[in-house]
Amino acid sequence: MTPHANTHPGAIGRWRTLPSAGRRAAVSLIVMLLAWELIAHSPRLFGFEVPYLGVLPAPSAVIGEWVMLLGDAHYWGSWYLSFTRVFAGFISALLLGVPLGLWFAISPTMRNLFFPVFEMLRPVPPIAWVPAAIIFWPTQELSIISVIFLGAFYTITLNTYNGGRRVDLAIIQSARSMGASRSNIFRRIVLPGTLPSIVAGAAIGMGITWEVVVAAELISGGNGGGGGGLGLFMWDAYLAGNHEQILVGMLSIGLAGYFSSGLLRRFGGLLTPWLSRN
Amino acid sequence: MKRAAPTSIGHLKIEDAVKVYRSRNVETLAVDHCSLDIQPGEICMIVGPSGCGKTTLLNAVAGFHGLTSGRITLDGELLCGPGKPMAEPGPDRVVVFQNGALFPWMTVLDNVTFGPLSQKTMTTSEAREKARELLADAGLAGMEHRYPEQLSSGVRRRVEIARAMMNDPAVLLLDEPYRALDSLTRAMMHEALLEMHARRPVTILFITHDLEEAVFLGHRIVVMSARPCRPTLQMEIDIPHPRDYSITTSDAYRGYVESALDAVHLEAQKSFAANEAEARP
Repeated sequence: MTPHANTHPGAIGRWRTLPSAGRRAAVSLIVMLLAWELIAHSPRLFGFEVPYLGVLPAPSAVIGEWVMLLGDAHYWGSWYLSFTRVFAGFISALLLGVPLGLWFAISPTMRNLFFPVFEMLRPVPPIAWVPAAIIFWPTQELSIISVIFLGAFYTITLNTYNGGRRVDLAIIQSARSMGASRSNIFRRIVLPGTLPSIVAGAAIGMGITWEVVVAAELISGGNGGGGGGLGLFMWDAYLAGNHEQILVGMLSIGLAGYFSSGLLRRFGGLLTPWLSRN
Repeated sequence: MKRAAPTSIGHLKIEDAVKVYRSRNVETLAVDHCSLDIQPGEICMIVGPSGCGKTTLLNAVAGFHGLTSGRITLDGELLCGPGKPMAEPGPDRVVVFQNGALFPWMTVLDNVTFGPLSQKTMTTSEAREKARELLADAGLAGMEHRYPEQLSSGVRRRVEIARAMMNDPAVLLLDEPYRALDSLTRAMMHEALLEMHARRPVTILFITHDLEEAVFLGHRIVVMSARPCRPTLQMEIDIPHPRDYSITTSDAYRGYVESALDAVHLEAQKSFAANEAEARP
Protein backbone atom coordinates (compact mmCIF):
# COMPACT_ATOMS: atom_id res chain seq x y z
CA MET A 1 0.00 0.00 0.00
CA THR A 2 1.22 3.44 -0.81
CA PRO A 3 1.11 6.09 1.91
CA HIS A 4 -1.50 7.95 -0.15
CA ALA A 5 -3.99 5.13 -0.11
CA ASN A 6 -5.71 6.02 3.16
CA THR A 7 -5.42 9.80 3.07
CA HIS A 8 -8.02 11.99 1.42
CA PRO A 9 -6.63 13.63 -1.70
CA GLY A 10 -8.43 16.95 -1.07
CA ALA A 11 -10.20 19.12 -3.63
CA ILE A 12 -7.07 20.07 -5.56
CA GLY A 13 -5.83 16.51 -5.54
CA ARG A 14 -9.14 15.27 -6.89
CA TRP A 15 -9.08 17.99 -9.55
CA ARG A 16 -5.65 16.84 -10.65
CA THR A 17 -6.82 13.24 -11.01
CA LEU A 18 -9.48 14.27 -13.54
CA PRO A 19 -8.39 13.54 -17.08
CA SER A 20 -7.14 16.67 -18.82
CA ALA A 21 -10.05 16.60 -21.28
CA GLY A 22 -12.51 16.73 -18.37
CA ARG A 23 -10.57 19.55 -16.72
CA ARG A 24 -10.61 21.61 -19.89
CA ALA A 25 -14.33 21.00 -20.39
CA ALA A 26 -15.02 22.22 -16.83
CA VAL A 27 -12.88 25.32 -17.37
CA SER A 28 -14.65 26.18 -20.61
CA LEU A 29 -18.08 25.71 -19.00
CA ILE A 30 -17.21 27.86 -15.97
CA VAL A 31 -15.72 30.64 -18.09
CA MET A 32 -18.76 30.67 -20.34
CA LEU A 33 -21.19 30.85 -17.40
CA LEU A 34 -19.19 33.63 -15.72
CA ALA A 35 -19.02 35.70 -18.89
CA TRP A 36 -22.73 35.20 -19.43
CA GLU A 37 -23.54 36.19 -15.86
CA LEU A 38 -21.46 39.37 -16.17
CA ILE A 39 -22.97 40.34 -19.50
CA ALA A 40 -26.51 39.70 -18.26
CA HIS A 41 -26.06 42.08 -15.34
CA SER A 42 -24.84 45.00 -17.38
CA PRO A 43 -25.83 46.01 -20.89
CA ARG A 44 -22.37 47.53 -21.27
CA LEU A 45 -19.29 45.55 -22.25
CA PHE A 46 -15.92 47.27 -21.81
CA GLY A 47 -17.76 50.59 -21.72
CA PHE A 48 -19.72 50.01 -24.92
CA GLU A 49 -23.45 49.63 -25.11
CA VAL A 50 -24.32 46.16 -26.46
CA PRO A 51 -27.82 45.97 -27.95
CA TYR A 52 -30.18 43.14 -26.87
CA LEU A 53 -28.01 41.99 -24.01
CA GLY A 54 -30.22 43.81 -21.53
CA VAL A 55 -33.06 41.32 -22.05
CA LEU A 56 -30.84 38.23 -21.68
CA PRO A 57 -31.62 36.50 -18.37
CA ALA A 58 -28.64 35.72 -16.16
CA PRO A 59 -27.59 32.06 -15.84
CA SER A 60 -28.35 32.22 -12.12
CA ALA A 61 -31.94 33.21 -12.96
CA VAL A 62 -32.17 30.46 -15.60
CA ILE A 63 -30.84 27.86 -13.18
CA GLY A 64 -33.26 29.12 -10.53
CA GLU A 65 -36.15 28.77 -12.95
CA TRP A 66 -34.91 25.34 -13.95
CA VAL A 67 -34.73 24.12 -10.36
CA MET A 68 -38.28 25.33 -9.86
CA LEU A 69 -39.41 23.51 -12.98
CA LEU A 70 -37.88 20.24 -11.81
CA GLY A 71 -40.97 19.76 -9.68
CA ASP A 72 -43.32 20.78 -12.48
CA ALA A 73 -45.28 17.97 -14.13
CA HIS A 74 -45.93 20.05 -17.25
CA TYR A 75 -42.20 20.49 -17.83
CA TRP A 76 -41.51 16.75 -17.56
CA GLY A 77 -44.58 16.07 -19.69
CA SER A 78 -42.95 18.14 -22.43
CA TRP A 79 -39.80 16.05 -22.17
CA TYR A 80 -41.82 12.88 -22.34
CA LEU A 81 -43.81 13.99 -25.38
CA SER A 82 -40.73 15.12 -27.33
CA PHE A 83 -38.86 11.96 -26.44
CA THR A 84 -41.66 9.63 -27.52
CA ARG A 85 -41.97 11.49 -30.83
CA VAL A 86 -38.24 11.38 -31.49
CA PHE A 87 -38.19 7.72 -30.55
CA ALA A 88 -41.13 6.82 -32.81
CA GLY A 89 -39.80 8.82 -35.77
CA PHE A 90 -36.24 7.59 -35.31
CA ILE A 91 -37.15 3.92 -34.92
CA SER A 92 -39.37 3.97 -38.00
CA ALA A 93 -36.57 5.70 -39.95
CA LEU A 94 -34.21 2.96 -38.82
CA LEU A 95 -36.65 0.16 -39.66
CA LEU A 96 -37.27 1.51 -43.17
CA GLY A 97 -33.94 3.20 -43.93
CA VAL A 98 -31.60 0.32 -43.13
CA PRO A 99 -33.31 -2.30 -45.34
CA LEU A 100 -33.74 0.24 -48.13
CA GLY A 101 -30.08 1.28 -47.96
CA LEU A 102 -28.97 -2.36 -48.01
CA TRP A 103 -31.28 -3.04 -50.91
CA PHE A 104 -29.80 -0.12 -52.85
CA ALA A 105 -26.34 -1.44 -52.06
CA ILE A 106 -26.85 -5.02 -53.24
CA SER A 107 -29.32 -4.63 -56.11
CA PRO A 108 -28.45 -2.50 -59.13
CA THR A 109 -32.03 -2.86 -60.40
CA MET A 110 -33.45 -1.46 -57.19
CA ARG A 111 -30.87 1.30 -57.26
CA ASN A 112 -31.63 2.29 -60.85
CA LEU A 113 -35.37 2.27 -60.22
CA PHE A 114 -35.66 4.20 -56.98
CA PHE A 115 -32.45 6.04 -56.31
CA PRO A 116 -33.27 9.00 -58.61
CA VAL A 117 -36.56 9.61 -56.78
CA PHE A 118 -34.81 9.24 -53.46
CA GLU A 119 -32.13 11.72 -54.44
CA MET A 120 -34.70 14.21 -55.71
CA LEU A 121 -36.73 14.18 -52.51
CA ARG A 122 -33.67 14.22 -50.23
CA PRO A 123 -32.80 17.93 -50.56
CA VAL A 124 -36.31 18.95 -49.43
CA PRO A 125 -35.76 19.95 -45.78
CA PRO A 126 -37.92 18.02 -43.29
CA ILE A 127 -39.46 21.30 -42.09
CA ALA A 128 -40.72 21.96 -45.61
CA TRP A 129 -42.82 18.82 -45.24
CA VAL A 130 -44.75 20.23 -42.27
CA PRO A 131 -47.68 21.79 -44.17
CA ALA A 132 -48.08 18.74 -46.40
CA ALA A 133 -47.75 16.42 -43.40
CA ILE A 134 -50.48 18.29 -41.50
CA ILE A 135 -52.82 17.96 -44.46
CA PHE A 136 -51.94 14.37 -45.19
CA TRP A 137 -51.95 12.65 -41.80
CA PRO A 138 -55.23 12.28 -39.90
CA THR A 139 -53.76 13.27 -36.52
CA GLN A 140 -51.37 15.97 -35.47
CA GLU A 141 -49.23 13.41 -33.68
CA LEU A 142 -48.70 11.42 -36.85
CA SER A 143 -47.78 14.50 -38.84
CA ILE A 144 -45.14 15.50 -36.26
CA ILE A 145 -43.72 11.96 -36.18
CA SER A 146 -43.65 11.74 -39.97
CA VAL A 147 -41.59 14.94 -40.20
CA ILE A 148 -39.17 13.60 -37.59
CA PHE A 149 -39.01 10.35 -39.51
CA LEU A 150 -37.97 12.21 -42.66
CA GLY A 151 -35.23 14.00 -40.74
CA ALA A 152 -33.48 10.74 -39.89
CA PHE A 153 -34.59 8.58 -42.82
CA TYR A 154 -32.46 10.05 -45.64
CA THR A 155 -29.28 10.10 -43.59
CA ILE A 156 -29.72 6.55 -42.34
CA THR A 157 -30.57 5.20 -45.80
CA LEU A 158 -27.68 6.97 -47.49
CA ASN A 159 -25.13 5.94 -44.86
CA THR A 160 -26.30 2.33 -45.00
CA TYR A 161 -26.12 2.35 -48.79
CA ASN A 162 -22.61 3.82 -48.87
CA GLY A 163 -21.40 1.44 -46.16
CA GLY A 164 -22.85 -1.53 -48.01
CA ARG A 165 -21.12 -0.59 -51.23
CA ARG A 166 -17.80 -0.12 -49.48
CA VAL A 167 -17.58 -3.69 -48.18
CA ASP A 168 -14.27 -4.93 -49.60
CA LEU A 169 -14.65 -7.09 -52.74
CA ALA A 170 -11.74 -9.30 -51.61
CA ILE A 171 -13.65 -10.07 -48.40
CA ILE A 172 -16.74 -11.12 -50.35
CA GLN A 173 -14.68 -13.20 -52.79
CA SER A 174 -12.89 -14.78 -49.89
CA ALA A 175 -16.22 -15.80 -48.35
CA ARG A 176 -17.39 -17.18 -51.70
CA SER A 177 -14.23 -19.19 -52.12
CA MET A 178 -14.87 -20.74 -48.70
CA GLY A 179 -18.23 -21.95 -49.93
CA ALA A 180 -20.55 -19.40 -48.35
CA SER A 181 -24.04 -19.16 -49.85
CA ARG A 182 -25.59 -15.88 -50.90
CA SER A 183 -27.69 -15.62 -47.75
CA ASN A 184 -24.65 -16.51 -45.67
CA ILE A 185 -22.63 -13.75 -47.32
CA PHE A 186 -25.42 -11.30 -46.67
CA ARG A 187 -25.85 -12.20 -43.00
CA ARG A 188 -22.24 -12.75 -41.99
CA ILE A 189 -20.36 -10.43 -44.36
CA VAL A 190 -22.45 -7.62 -45.85
CA LEU A 191 -24.53 -6.92 -42.75
CA PRO A 192 -21.68 -6.71 -40.20
CA GLY A 193 -19.52 -4.95 -42.78
CA THR A 194 -22.18 -2.26 -43.11
CA LEU A 195 -22.92 -2.00 -39.39
CA PRO A 196 -20.35 0.73 -38.56
CA SER A 197 -21.87 2.92 -41.28
CA ILE A 198 -25.38 2.18 -40.01
CA VAL A 199 -24.35 3.24 -36.51
CA ALA A 200 -22.71 6.42 -37.87
CA GLY A 201 -25.81 7.22 -39.93
CA ALA A 202 -28.06 6.59 -36.93
CA ALA A 203 -25.98 8.96 -34.77
CA ILE A 204 -26.21 11.75 -37.35
CA GLY A 205 -29.90 10.99 -37.89
CA MET A 206 -30.56 11.18 -34.15
CA GLY A 207 -29.04 14.67 -34.09
CA ILE A 208 -31.30 15.76 -36.93
CA THR A 209 -34.43 14.39 -35.21
CA TRP A 210 -33.85 16.76 -32.28
CA GLU A 211 -33.44 19.66 -34.67
CA VAL A 212 -36.66 18.70 -36.38
CA VAL A 213 -38.86 17.79 -33.40
CA VAL A 214 -38.79 21.30 -31.94
CA ALA A 215 -39.63 22.98 -35.22
CA ALA A 216 -42.40 20.49 -35.94
CA GLU A 217 -43.90 21.03 -32.48
CA LEU A 218 -43.59 24.81 -32.80
CA ILE A 219 -45.38 24.92 -36.11
CA SER A 220 -48.04 22.29 -35.61
CA GLY A 221 -48.82 23.15 -32.02
CA GLY A 222 -48.40 26.91 -32.22
CA ASN A 223 -51.75 27.58 -33.73
CA GLY A 224 -53.83 26.67 -30.70
CA GLY A 225 -53.29 22.98 -31.50
CA GLY A 226 -51.65 22.25 -28.15
CA GLY A 227 -49.50 19.33 -29.25
CA GLY A 228 -47.16 19.74 -26.27
CA GLY A 229 -43.49 18.83 -26.14
CA LEU A 230 -40.37 20.89 -25.52
CA GLY A 231 -40.95 22.94 -28.69
CA LEU A 232 -44.36 24.07 -27.54
CA PHE A 233 -43.03 24.58 -24.01
CA MET A 234 -40.68 27.21 -25.47
CA TRP A 235 -43.38 28.73 -27.61
CA ASP A 236 -45.63 29.17 -24.57
CA ALA A 237 -42.73 30.71 -22.62
CA TYR A 238 -42.23 33.14 -25.47
CA LEU A 239 -45.92 34.08 -25.54
CA ALA A 240 -45.85 34.60 -21.77
CA GLY A 241 -42.68 36.70 -22.01
CA ASN A 242 -40.83 34.30 -19.71
CA HIS A 243 -37.30 34.58 -21.01
CA GLU A 244 -35.83 32.26 -18.40
CA GLN A 245 -38.11 29.45 -19.54
CA ILE A 246 -37.14 29.97 -23.17
CA LEU A 247 -33.54 29.35 -22.20
CA VAL A 248 -34.49 26.40 -20.01
CA GLY A 249 -36.26 24.95 -23.06
CA MET A 250 -33.23 25.50 -25.28
CA LEU A 251 -30.86 23.93 -22.79
CA SER A 252 -33.25 21.02 -22.23
CA ILE A 253 -33.23 20.24 -25.94
CA GLY A 254 -29.45 20.42 -25.96
CA LEU A 255 -29.29 17.98 -23.06
CA ALA A 256 -31.87 15.65 -24.60
CA GLY A 257 -29.90 15.53 -27.83
CA TYR A 258 -26.68 14.94 -25.93
CA PHE A 259 -28.14 12.08 -23.92
CA SER A 260 -29.76 10.34 -26.86
CA SER A 261 -26.59 10.61 -28.98
CA GLY A 262 -24.51 9.31 -26.08
CA LEU A 263 -26.88 6.41 -25.57
CA LEU A 264 -26.77 5.63 -29.27
CA ARG A 265 -22.98 5.71 -29.37
CA ARG A 266 -22.83 3.39 -26.38
CA PHE A 267 -25.28 0.99 -28.00
CA GLY A 268 -23.48 1.25 -31.35
CA GLY A 269 -20.20 0.43 -29.61
CA LEU A 270 -21.74 -2.75 -28.18
CA LEU A 271 -22.88 -3.76 -31.67
CA THR A 272 -19.44 -3.22 -33.21
CA PRO A 273 -16.98 -4.61 -30.64
CA TRP A 274 -14.28 -5.18 -33.28
CA LEU A 275 -13.67 -1.48 -33.92
CA SER A 276 -10.51 -0.33 -32.18
CA ARG A 277 -12.11 2.77 -30.64
CA ASN A 278 -13.82 0.54 -28.08
CA MET B 1 10.50 -34.95 -60.68
CA LYS B 2 12.01 -35.42 -57.28
CA ARG B 3 9.32 -34.33 -54.94
CA ALA B 4 7.34 -35.90 -52.18
CA ALA B 5 3.74 -36.22 -53.22
CA PRO B 6 1.98 -38.24 -50.57
CA THR B 7 -1.41 -36.92 -51.60
CA SER B 8 -3.02 -37.68 -54.89
CA ILE B 9 -5.51 -34.84 -54.90
CA GLY B 10 -4.74 -31.37 -56.12
CA HIS B 11 -3.72 -32.00 -59.73
CA LEU B 12 -4.42 -28.64 -61.35
CA LYS B 13 -4.25 -28.46 -65.11
CA ILE B 14 -4.58 -25.29 -67.14
CA GLU B 15 -4.74 -25.86 -70.88
CA ASP B 16 -4.46 -23.16 -73.51
CA ALA B 17 -6.07 -20.52 -71.32
CA VAL B 18 -6.91 -17.30 -73.12
CA LYS B 19 -8.49 -14.25 -71.56
CA VAL B 20 -9.50 -11.22 -73.56
CA TYR B 21 -10.94 -8.19 -71.80
CA ARG B 22 -13.43 -6.26 -73.86
CA SER B 23 -14.33 -2.76 -72.86
CA ARG B 24 -16.32 -0.77 -75.42
CA ASN B 25 -14.27 -1.09 -78.60
CA VAL B 26 -10.94 -2.01 -77.06
CA GLU B 27 -9.84 -5.61 -76.73
CA THR B 28 -6.99 -6.41 -74.37
CA LEU B 29 -5.35 -9.79 -74.42
CA ALA B 30 -4.52 -10.49 -70.79
CA VAL B 31 -3.67 -14.19 -70.90
CA ASP B 32 -2.34 -15.75 -74.11
CA HIS B 33 -2.47 -19.53 -74.59
CA CYS B 34 -1.17 -20.32 -71.18
CA SER B 35 -0.75 -23.94 -70.12
CA LEU B 36 0.36 -25.22 -66.75
CA ASP B 37 0.34 -28.67 -65.22
CA ILE B 38 0.67 -28.54 -61.45
CA GLN B 39 1.17 -31.85 -59.65
CA PRO B 40 -0.50 -32.78 -56.36
CA GLY B 41 1.46 -31.29 -53.49
CA GLU B 42 3.56 -29.07 -55.72
CA ILE B 43 4.39 -25.48 -54.83
CA CYS B 44 4.26 -23.69 -58.15
CA MET B 45 5.46 -20.11 -58.17
CA ILE B 46 4.21 -17.78 -60.90
CA VAL B 47 6.59 -14.86 -61.33
CA GLY B 48 6.09 -11.88 -63.58
CA PRO B 49 6.09 -8.13 -63.68
CA SER B 50 3.21 -6.28 -62.02
CA GLY B 51 0.05 -6.13 -64.07
CA CYS B 52 1.09 -8.94 -66.42
CA GLY B 53 -2.10 -10.95 -65.97
CA LYS B 54 -0.95 -13.41 -63.31
CA THR B 55 -3.89 -12.53 -61.11
CA THR B 56 -6.26 -12.93 -64.06
CA LEU B 57 -5.13 -16.54 -64.34
CA LEU B 58 -5.52 -17.15 -60.60
CA ASN B 59 -8.98 -15.57 -60.59
CA ALA B 60 -10.05 -17.88 -63.40
CA VAL B 61 -9.02 -20.90 -61.29
CA ALA B 62 -10.75 -19.41 -58.23
CA GLY B 63 -13.94 -18.80 -60.23
CA PHE B 64 -14.08 -15.03 -59.84
CA HIS B 65 -14.22 -14.60 -63.59
CA GLY B 66 -14.26 -16.75 -66.71
CA LEU B 67 -11.89 -17.54 -69.55
CA THR B 68 -12.32 -16.55 -73.19
CA SER B 69 -11.12 -19.99 -74.25
CA GLY B 70 -9.15 -22.92 -72.89
CA ARG B 71 -9.91 -25.24 -70.01
CA ILE B 72 -9.03 -25.71 -66.38
CA THR B 73 -9.38 -29.04 -64.64
CA LEU B 74 -8.80 -30.07 -61.06
CA ASP B 75 -8.18 -33.79 -60.56
CA GLY B 76 -9.74 -34.44 -63.93
CA GLU B 77 -12.90 -32.52 -63.14
CA LEU B 78 -13.71 -29.63 -65.46
CA LEU B 79 -13.74 -26.33 -63.58
CA CYS B 80 -14.01 -24.09 -66.56
CA GLY B 81 -13.88 -24.78 -70.28
CA PRO B 82 -16.07 -25.40 -73.31
CA GLY B 83 -19.71 -25.23 -72.21
CA LYS B 84 -18.77 -23.89 -68.81
CA PRO B 85 -17.56 -20.31 -69.17
CA MET B 86 -16.80 -19.76 -65.53
CA ALA B 87 -15.74 -21.94 -62.60
CA GLU B 88 -17.87 -21.91 -59.47
CA PRO B 89 -15.89 -20.62 -56.46
CA GLY B 90 -15.55 -23.35 -53.88
CA PRO B 91 -13.69 -24.51 -50.79
CA ASP B 92 -11.50 -26.86 -52.84
CA ARG B 93 -9.68 -23.75 -54.17
CA VAL B 94 -9.32 -21.23 -51.38
CA VAL B 95 -7.73 -17.87 -52.16
CA VAL B 96 -5.52 -15.78 -49.89
CA PHE B 97 -5.38 -12.21 -51.09
CA GLN B 98 -2.66 -9.61 -51.40
CA ASN B 99 -3.98 -7.23 -48.78
CA GLY B 100 -5.52 -9.84 -46.56
CA ALA B 101 -9.21 -10.54 -46.32
CA LEU B 102 -9.84 -11.63 -42.76
CA PHE B 103 -13.32 -10.60 -41.65
CA PRO B 104 -12.70 -7.68 -39.27
CA TRP B 105 -15.95 -8.29 -37.35
CA MET B 106 -15.12 -11.87 -36.44
CA THR B 107 -12.65 -13.14 -33.88
CA VAL B 108 -9.78 -15.32 -35.07
CA LEU B 109 -11.74 -18.43 -34.10
CA ASP B 110 -14.87 -17.31 -35.97
CA ASN B 111 -12.76 -16.42 -39.00
CA VAL B 112 -11.09 -19.80 -39.07
CA THR B 113 -14.33 -21.75 -38.58
CA PHE B 114 -16.17 -19.70 -41.21
CA GLY B 115 -15.62 -22.17 -44.08
CA PRO B 116 -16.86 -25.44 -42.57
CA LEU B 117 -19.70 -23.70 -40.72
CA SER B 118 -20.88 -22.00 -43.92
CA GLN B 119 -20.68 -25.26 -45.86
CA LYS B 120 -22.32 -27.03 -42.89
CA THR B 121 -19.72 -29.81 -43.11
CA MET B 122 -18.96 -29.67 -39.37
CA THR B 123 -20.75 -28.89 -36.15
CA THR B 124 -19.65 -25.80 -34.26
CA SER B 125 -17.75 -27.80 -31.67
CA GLU B 126 -16.01 -29.96 -34.29
CA ALA B 127 -15.01 -26.87 -36.24
CA ARG B 128 -13.70 -25.14 -33.13
CA GLU B 129 -11.67 -28.14 -32.12
CA LYS B 130 -10.08 -28.42 -35.55
CA ALA B 131 -9.50 -24.66 -35.68
CA ARG B 132 -7.71 -24.75 -32.32
CA GLU B 133 -5.46 -27.54 -33.59
CA LEU B 134 -4.62 -25.66 -36.79
CA LEU B 135 -3.95 -22.45 -34.89
CA ALA B 136 -1.77 -24.26 -32.37
CA ASP B 137 0.20 -25.89 -35.23
CA ALA B 138 0.77 -22.43 -36.69
CA GLY B 139 2.00 -21.13 -33.33
CA LEU B 140 -1.13 -19.07 -32.84
CA ALA B 141 -2.56 -20.62 -29.67
CA GLY B 142 -4.06 -18.00 -27.38
CA MET B 143 -5.07 -15.72 -30.26
CA GLU B 144 -8.52 -17.30 -30.71
CA HIS B 145 -10.58 -14.49 -29.23
CA ARG B 146 -8.73 -11.53 -30.70
CA TYR B 147 -10.06 -9.45 -33.54
CA PRO B 148 -7.89 -9.15 -36.69
CA GLU B 149 -7.25 -5.48 -35.98
CA GLN B 150 -5.55 -6.44 -32.72
CA LEU B 151 -3.02 -8.66 -34.51
CA SER B 152 0.26 -7.84 -36.21
CA SER B 153 0.31 -8.14 -40.00
CA GLY B 154 2.42 -11.30 -39.83
CA VAL B 155 0.02 -13.02 -37.43
CA ARG B 156 -2.90 -11.98 -39.63
CA ARG B 157 -1.34 -13.72 -42.64
CA ARG B 158 -0.77 -16.89 -40.67
CA VAL B 159 -4.37 -16.83 -39.46
CA GLU B 160 -5.47 -16.44 -43.03
CA ILE B 161 -3.47 -19.46 -44.18
CA ALA B 162 -4.94 -21.44 -41.26
CA ARG B 163 -8.43 -20.28 -42.26
CA ALA B 164 -7.81 -21.47 -45.81
CA MET B 165 -6.42 -24.85 -44.64
CA MET B 166 -9.50 -25.33 -42.48
CA ASN B 167 -11.42 -26.09 -45.70
CA ASP B 168 -9.06 -28.94 -46.65
CA PRO B 169 -8.55 -27.37 -50.06
CA ALA B 170 -7.12 -29.32 -52.98
CA VAL B 171 -5.32 -26.17 -54.11
CA LEU B 172 -4.29 -23.12 -52.17
CA LEU B 173 -4.31 -19.99 -54.34
CA LEU B 174 -1.98 -17.36 -52.95
CA ASP B 175 -2.03 -13.97 -54.64
CA GLU B 176 1.08 -12.13 -53.41
CA PRO B 177 0.01 -12.73 -49.81
CA TYR B 178 3.22 -11.37 -48.25
CA ARG B 179 3.62 -8.35 -50.46
CA ALA B 180 2.79 -5.73 -47.83
CA LEU B 181 5.03 -7.23 -45.13
CA ASP B 182 8.49 -6.06 -44.11
CA SER B 183 11.31 -8.38 -45.22
CA LEU B 184 11.98 -9.78 -41.75
CA THR B 185 8.35 -10.74 -41.18
CA ARG B 186 8.18 -12.05 -44.72
CA ALA B 187 11.11 -14.38 -44.09
CA MET B 188 9.28 -15.77 -41.05
CA MET B 189 6.10 -16.19 -43.09
CA HIS B 190 8.03 -18.17 -45.71
CA GLU B 191 9.37 -20.64 -43.18
CA ALA B 192 5.94 -20.92 -41.54
CA LEU B 193 4.34 -21.66 -44.91
CA LEU B 194 6.89 -24.37 -45.69
CA GLU B 195 6.38 -25.90 -42.24
CA MET B 196 2.66 -25.94 -42.86
CA HIS B 197 3.23 -27.52 -46.27
CA ALA B 198 5.45 -30.21 -44.72
CA ARG B 199 2.61 -31.10 -42.34
CA ARG B 200 -0.04 -30.99 -45.01
CA PRO B 201 1.32 -31.02 -48.56
CA VAL B 202 -1.42 -29.18 -50.38
CA THR B 203 -0.94 -28.01 -53.97
CA ILE B 204 -0.02 -24.33 -53.96
CA LEU B 205 -0.34 -21.86 -56.80
CA PHE B 206 1.58 -18.85 -55.59
CA ILE B 207 1.75 -15.55 -57.44
CA THR B 208 4.57 -13.15 -56.75
CA HIS B 209 6.87 -10.65 -58.36
CA ASP B 210 9.61 -11.34 -55.84
CA LEU B 211 12.17 -13.75 -57.32
CA GLU B 212 13.88 -14.65 -54.07
CA GLU B 213 10.50 -15.54 -52.60
CA ALA B 214 9.80 -17.67 -55.66
CA VAL B 215 13.11 -19.55 -55.51
CA PHE B 216 12.96 -20.03 -51.75
CA LEU B 217 9.44 -21.46 -51.67
CA GLY B 218 8.86 -23.18 -54.99
CA HIS B 219 9.38 -26.66 -56.33
CA ARG B 220 9.10 -24.93 -59.65
CA ILE B 221 8.98 -21.35 -60.81
CA VAL B 222 7.24 -20.23 -63.94
CA VAL B 223 8.29 -16.87 -65.32
CA MET B 224 5.49 -15.14 -67.17
CA SER B 225 5.83 -12.72 -70.03
CA ALA B 226 4.27 -9.32 -69.67
CA ARG B 227 0.92 -8.59 -71.28
CA PRO B 228 -0.19 -10.93 -72.60
CA CYS B 229 0.67 -13.37 -69.87
CA ARG B 230 2.33 -16.54 -71.14
CA PRO B 231 4.97 -18.80 -69.55
CA THR B 232 8.38 -18.00 -70.98
CA LEU B 233 10.60 -19.91 -68.64
CA GLN B 234 10.01 -22.84 -66.32
CA MET B 235 12.62 -23.78 -63.79
CA GLU B 236 12.74 -26.70 -61.37
CA ILE B 237 14.27 -25.63 -58.08
CA ASP B 238 16.24 -28.68 -57.11
CA ILE B 239 16.79 -27.88 -53.45
CA PRO B 240 15.28 -30.44 -51.10
CA HIS B 241 12.31 -29.53 -48.91
CA PRO B 242 11.85 -28.70 -46.06
CA ARG B 243 14.01 -25.64 -46.59
CA ASP B 244 14.98 -23.01 -44.10
CA TYR B 245 16.69 -19.68 -44.43
CA SER B 246 20.19 -21.16 -44.32
CA ILE B 247 19.82 -22.16 -47.98
CA THR B 248 19.65 -18.55 -49.12
CA THR B 249 23.43 -18.28 -48.87
CA SER B 250 24.07 -21.48 -50.86
CA ASP B 251 25.50 -21.34 -54.39
CA ALA B 252 22.65 -23.36 -55.81
CA TYR B 253 20.10 -20.86 -54.47
CA ARG B 254 22.05 -17.85 -55.77
CA GLY B 255 22.39 -19.54 -59.16
CA TYR B 256 18.63 -20.05 -59.46
CA VAL B 257 17.92 -16.50 -58.43
CA GLU B 258 20.37 -15.11 -60.97
CA SER B 259 19.10 -17.10 -63.93
CA ALA B 260 15.51 -16.27 -63.05
CA LEU B 261 16.49 -12.64 -62.66
CA ASP B 262 17.84 -12.55 -66.22
CA ALA B 263 14.57 -13.92 -67.60
CA VAL B 264 12.42 -11.57 -65.58
CA HIS B 265 14.57 -8.59 -66.43
CA LEU B 266 14.13 -9.32 -70.11
CA GLU B 267 10.35 -9.50 -69.65
CA ALA B 268 10.29 -6.29 -67.66
CA GLN B 269 12.20 -4.55 -70.46
CA LYS B 270 9.76 -5.87 -73.05
CA SER B 271 6.81 -4.75 -70.98
CA PHE B 272 8.34 -1.32 -70.54
CA ALA B 273 8.97 -1.02 -74.29
CA ALA B 274 5.39 -2.12 -75.02
CA ASN B 275 4.02 0.52 -72.67
CA GLU B 276 6.21 3.15 -74.31
CA ALA B 277 4.93 2.14 -77.73
CA GLU B 278 1.35 2.34 -76.46
CA ALA B 279 1.96 5.78 -75.07
CA ARG B 280 3.11 7.05 -78.52
CA PRO B 281 0.40 6.01 -80.96
